[in-house]
Amino acid sequence: MQQTEIAAPFAPGGEREIDAQIAQRLLSAALNAGGDYADLFFEYRVGADYVLEEERIKSVGRGVTMGLGVRVTKGDATGYAYSEDLTFERMAHAARTAGQIAAGGGSVEPAAIEPIQLPDFYPVGQVSINLPADEKLALLRTADHAARNVDPCIVKVEASFTEQLREILVVTSDGRMSRDRMPLIRFGVRAVAEKNHKRQAGSSGGGGRYGIDYFVPGSGQDSHDGDWHGREAARIAIAMLDAREAPAGELTVVLSPGDSGILLHEAVGHGLEADFNRKKTSNYSGQMGNMVASELCTVVDDGTVTNSRGSINADDEGSVGRANVLIENGKLVGYMHDRLSARHFGVAPSGNGRRQSFRCMPMPRMTNTSLLAGPHDSDEIIQSVDRGIYAKRFSGGQVNISNGDFVFSLTESYLIENGKLTAPLKGVNLIGNGPDVLRRVVMLGNDYQLSDGIWTCGKDGQSVPVGVGTPTVKISNITVGGTQT
Amino acid sequence: MTNLVKELRDVAKRAVELAKKSGADDAEVTVRDGTELTAKVRLGQPELVQEAGSRALGLRVFKDRRTAITYTSDMRDDALDAFVRETVRLAELSEPDDLNRLPEADQLATEFPELDLFDDKSLSIDAAEALSRAKRGEKAALDHDDRVTNSEGATFSRTAGTSVFANSAGFIGDYSGTYAALYVEPICDDEDDKKRNGYWWTAGRFLDMLDEPEAVGKEAARRTVARLGARKIETCEVPVVFDPEVGRSIVGTVFSVSNGSAMYRKSTYLLGREGTEVASGLITISDQPLIARAPGSRPFDGDGLATRKNVIINAGVLETVLCDTYSARKLGRKSTGSAGRSVGGSPGPITSNLIMQPGDISRDELIARTKEGFYVTTMMGFGFNAVTGDYSRGAAGFWIQDGEITYPVSEVTVSANFDTLLKNIDLVADDLDLRATTRCPTFRVSSMTVAGR
Repeated sequence: MQQTEIAAPFAPGGEREIDAQIAQRLLSAALNAGGDYADLFFEYRVGADYVLEEERIKSVGRGVTMGLGVRVTKGDATGYAYSEDLTFERMAHAARTAGQIAAGGGSVEPAAIEPIQLPDFYPVGQVSINLPADEKLALLRTADHAARNVDPCIVKVEASFTEQLREILVVTSDGRMSRDRMPLIRFGVRAVAEKNHKRQAGSSGGGGRYGIDYFVPGSGQDSHDGDWHGREAARIAIAMLDAREAPAGELTVVLSPGDSGILLHEAVGHGLEADFNRKKTSNYSGQMGNMVASELCTVVDDGTVTNSRGSINADDEGSVGRANVLIENGKLVGYMHDRLSARHFGVAPSGNGRRQSFRCMPMPRMTNTSLLAGPHDSDEIIQSVDRGIYAKRFSGGQVNISNGDFVFSLTESYLIENGKLTAPLKGVNLIGNGPDVLRRVVMLGNDYQLSDGIWTCGKDGQSVPVGVGTPTVKISNITVGGTQT
Repeated sequence: MTNLVKELRDVAKRAVELAKKSGADDAEVTVRDGTELTAKVRLGQPELVQEAGSRALGLRVFKDRRTAITYTSDMRDDALDAFVRETVRLAELSEPDDLNRLPEADQLATEFPELDLFDDKSLSIDAAEALSRAKRGEKAALDHDDRVTNSEGATFSRTAGTSVFANSAGFIGDYSGTYAALYVEPICDDEDDKKRNGYWWTAGRFLDMLDEPEAVGKEAARRTVARLGARKIETCEVPVVFDPEVGRSIVGTVFSVSNGSAMYRKSTYLLGREGTEVASGLITISDQPLIARAPGSRPFDGDGLATRKNVIINAGVLETVLCDTYSARKLGRKSTGSAGRSVGGSPGPITSNLIMQPGDISRDELIARTKEGFYVTTMMGFGFNAVTGDYSRGAAGFWIQDGEITYPVSEVTVSANFDTLLKNIDLVADDLDLRATTRCPTFRVSSMTVAGR
């Protein structure tokens, strides 16, 4: 926990160094009961957080977790065990426990281990967590001042900065060994405005696999600084003071570029994770090659976007991160795979096997999921709407994989009347059905944006950082869950 | 006291001593140890067996009214020593706050009620038995109805955990508990390539509190098959009935806007509403940490204070704002013994067993009295603005016509201002659901906007 370079104890030269020979012995123990595949997942995670509340640094936190997760598969069955104690005896015990899933059968010997060289999709000059706290505390204070200076009606400001460094080592019984080092930062500010007995809150934030300079003005990064986020949070809170009741029923909706990608993440992303399709429990099961969206739509999941929150040099099974086209001009062309589903479908793993920590087994997960740009100008799109809603900021979404219904929660939206944005609307949900909604994408902007790095995706109780992106999108009709009938 | 509990208490005491020795004015330590076994089957075959244990220590130090909060899983002597010293140094980065101190000594719990939370029998379930229970549950679902054509699987899990809390004012307490659950998720194939999913579950601290796997599987199948042919309805304003599976989240939302932390942060529309009517007179909601064998029970809170029953809403009136020590001080009052903290997290108010009092009519009677309305069994999304009370959620369920449940409904939203929603609860049934930490019966809201076509 010193302010020096952090290195995992299992890294070369560390006090619990794991080399090919130790890994080989553990994999042998894991496969001893007859398993047909095994992998080891070592993880070391250092995290810190800084919270500002009521114009002062309220608390500072830091934590370290480390452990080994061992997975053994036999057919479609998985045995999983983990240990926080990296002594050989405890690791071997975990390996044998996981191996018990395979009751009997011939035992396979692990292949000779070869280290794999990974690409670097998140070059960072200096990892934030290795640096002293000054700049991080200054960032919080800057945002606090900026928000308060917008207007005297800003009565509360809270800001937080969290940083993390995750080092992983994956060794598989088919002989691959890869190490990765994944920095991640996230900053957020929330402001409350109060006027004429009305109160509203607004938030803004960003981050990614960057260094702290991402939030420093004039650093050359294409990003917003603390001052901007502070003003933005205040702007939203104040704008929403005048919000009126949102309409209820089916309407035309225009989505702003960037964060609207959450809609895509929910509407099609989860349904194309191959575990659901392997089990035929997704509404996209058996749809490969079919038109599942309007011809305007090309959807890509790309783990290689430089420094993005959802990027991975390799996934948590050691498969190198890559870009995968899921939907091409409306046609379903690919699923996102982990090892298990890739084997089932007879394809190569797509670099989507991710997990929350060494305590969890990997599953097919998204990285950075985007709807690519289309031909239209964003003004032209808004002008084409007589009456509808312009959705600008969101708090999240959720999907039911089986029937494809998804929701998408708006925190800042405006009425569109005669081709112009007019009144701000109160927070409201949109609900739609994935394939239906993607077929109703009737215009697509040429202004693609990737979200700033704030999104976290949850599945089966496991959270992983993700990115989303879209241009301006026009959906001809979708149900808006307001109160005005 | 078992050896495990003694070992954890020793670690906690040692960390507190080290913190004082390293220059902290005061310190609080949480140590948690847990074991888990999860077994999942799908279509009769084992899909996952996961078995492991873990341990973590969380530390909060106070120095000159500054504070830092840290956690580690490395409790070896040397490592712990370095960890504690670093935490004390870290505190210097924060800024002084007069409220950063331990609870007053006379507030700390001195007696610990026996709550009967640990079942040796639950802990003795092995992988084979767990798989067998999951298999029985799933088979019952597949056998119950031909229209159940697929399965997300059935999962049996059991956990056991011990939590120790100690502070430098001499408080030390511990409690241990077990919890087991069986969850069954059948799938039906519907028209238009859609699948319909559903689930049912049973859970409890004691194994003998669980329903038979066959009963869980059958109910899961019944609920899933009922979803076949679900359709969207026209936008309307009608009475809305909430099943306990979703009503629970509404009761949880009541807590999220009525606790001390939300109050001092001004993050609630209930600011300044204490002692006034905030819900229908039919509504009484209390937090009850001292119920024997209940899933949310605990003998002391996250600050080391004795826990007690608190009535949050009494016949519609906002009576008690649940507070931990810090939020209580912020509001100039006393803690209600409601502090919670995760290992390495800041303390804040939480609930234990949050219970909405049942009414005196049956669920069937409640539905029979609804001429036309929407019965909600599933909700989705996060559409709640705590500051204004605007509430909008995705929903699915059934249409009620002439007092009877008719066809399934999906892809709609239910919306209202939460303040109005609580005041418009006009019928409460007597079917209190006892499995979860937040418990409620079926209830009806006289009018909400249902957005559909």
